[in-house]
Amino acid sequence: MMLPEPVLRRIPLVNRLRRMGPEFFPTGIRQRIPHPKSRVLLTGFIAFFVVSNVFNVFLTYWVINGNLDGKWYDFRDPGVAMGQFTGWLDDRNAELPSGLDFLGAHWLSYAVSAAIGGLAILSFIGLVLLLLVWSERRLLARIQVRRGPNRVGPYGLLQPLADALKLIQKETLIPRGADRFMFYLPPLLIFIPLLLVWGPVPWSPSMTYLDLNVGVLYILAIGSLSTVTIFMAGWSSNNHYALLGAMRTIAMMISYEIPQSIALLAVVIMVGSMNLGDIVQWQADHNLWLAALLPLALFAFFFSSTAELNRTPNDIAEAESEIVAGFHTEYSGMKFGLYLAVELGNALAVGALVTTLFLGGSSLFGLEDNWLPPYMIFGVKVALMYFVFIWLRGTLPRFRLDQLMAFAWKYLIPLTILNTLIVAVEASIFERWDVNEAVSLGLFSIGNIAIAIALMRAWSRVLGYRPEREPLLRPTLTTTVGGLRASERMRGVSARAGL
Amino acid sequence: MDTLFGNYVAVLLASVVGFMMVMSALLGSRLLAPFSKERQKGTTYECGMLPIRRASTNVGMRFYLYAIIFIIFDVEAVFIFPWALSFVDMPGAPSAMAYWEMVIFVGILGVGLAYAWKKGALQWR
Repeated sequence: MMLPEPVLRRIPLVNRLRRMGPEFFPTGIRQRIPHPKSRVLLTGFIAFFVVSNVFNVFLTYWVINGNLDGKWYDFRDPGVAMGQFTGWLDDRNAELPSGLDFLGAHWLSYAVSAAIGGLAILSFIGLVLLLLVWSERRLLARIQVRRGPNRVGPYGLLQPLADALKLIQKETLIPRGADRFMFYLPPLLIFIPLLLVWGPVPWSPSMTYLDLNVGVLYILAIGSLSTVTIFMAGWSSNNHYALLGAMRTIAMMISYEIPQSIALLAVVIMVGSMNLGDIVQWQADHNLWLAALLPLALFAFFFSSTAELNRTPNDIAEAESEIVAGFHTEYSGMKFGLYLAVELGNALAVGALVTTLFLGGSSLFGLEDNWLPPYMIFGVKVALMYFVFIWLRGTLPRFRLDQLMAFAWKYLIPLTILNTLIVAVEASIFERWDVNEAVSLGLFSIGNIAIAIALMRAWSRVLGYRPEREPLLRPTLTTTVGGLRASERMRGVSARAGL
Repeated sequence: MDTLFGNYVAVLLASVVGFMMVMSALLGSRLLAPFSKERQKGTTYECGMLPIRRASTNVGMRFYLYAIIFIIFDVEAVFIFPWALSFVDMPGAPSAMAYWEMVIFVGILGVGLAYAWKKGALQWR
């Protein structure tokens, strides 16, 4: 190698590669005999590299020559295949003997495509949930300096499957004093909104299950369905913990529903449409994500969604250390598994909504036209949003209920209403101002970011929120200090602080 | 009419598909899981003690206060949505009468919120 050994040893990447085996990076000191496993890995890697490059060349040739345009096997847009299929179904529909005409001229294609779409959403959620459980547990473990599930299957990937099998084999108990019918319904009813939320979300311009022109309202309506179910679950299980959990959850969910819907008002005013496809198209046309244009709306929507989801900064609904598991304390076996699945699936759905409304959805500054399939861009963005959720869960402590309620009513609602009125003025100026779009939108986004920061600071000063600038106990990484010594050091700090 | 019908048929079908999925999961559990009647199994989960009173009691008064304010503000948000869609296209938009009307409408609600705040309805006790 060119660099001397002491220098090389200090480069983290080099160390990493060396640890993988001498094939990846020669040690320069002495050649170890390659382990057969790493040789297999290396061969596989080279083969994958060669094959995928050849494949890529072919694909690029096809795409550039336009061989794929409008064909049913156009992988960039499965909507084309679906369109041709429904066209074919319409032809068959015309051949059918009349008698069902009162259902409309295209009832066959509507029914078949709706069923296919529903099954597609269902299987997507089912598959992704398995992966989500695994990734959430692994990432949380990484954040907490643990290993996480790593025994079942490669890297513990089959752990969620094993968990599901375990849950389905467990007895589902019904507590003695429970209202049996009301106790049975909630796991059924809470799962359906999870599917329906995915309806109006556009995966690509032509891949929308429900192309609703009232998409935003539809999402708000579906999102508030689960409050009723949660109260049913909490009330019917005849358990104080469950009832308390249900009451707390509902109080919080209805409080945060208002800032959520008012934050979406800003988006609707700016875009001038409630169709989620139009919102994505607007962001693609103007080459600007609404996150930059409406930062306060994004913050309010994101924070209130975490409250609606009962995820960690706001998970008082099932605060494990206070009320056992909240409203689903008495549920066991597969019913508990359904609640778990719904929780994770809702987090993913909110990730999809934030992506669609604020982060450009399936568009990526023109790359979606030819170079990347839009649904892949969308999927990656949703996965990143989900990562942010996990990150928050690993980082933030839980807020108290009174703090959360006060934050919704006294902080978020006044700010989002003000933001809506400001955005209304901006949108109408933007409509009439004869300037280059880049200038006006740039000015608006800089102005809005400044307004958001100023408003948030000023209003938190009015309410008396003060940030802890210097925490008494700094978090100490146990890996760098070592468990016992870390605790000694922390005790020393707290003794000095007079605790 | 056709598109309306098609859209909401899809909603219905998706809910049927979801219902079938949940039912299949519960049925699978019914087939695979053991079920045995035992008196102790039905006791309420409560840290090893028997619970005092039934749990399904009255709901605290403060929840009603929150619920009333919630209904007012939720209806308000639904009222603003049509305004939000049509406001930009009105003639002379930024200073049109519609804007000030909305400011007054929101202002009245804001006064209501301020009153509730002053009276301590937003205080969690």
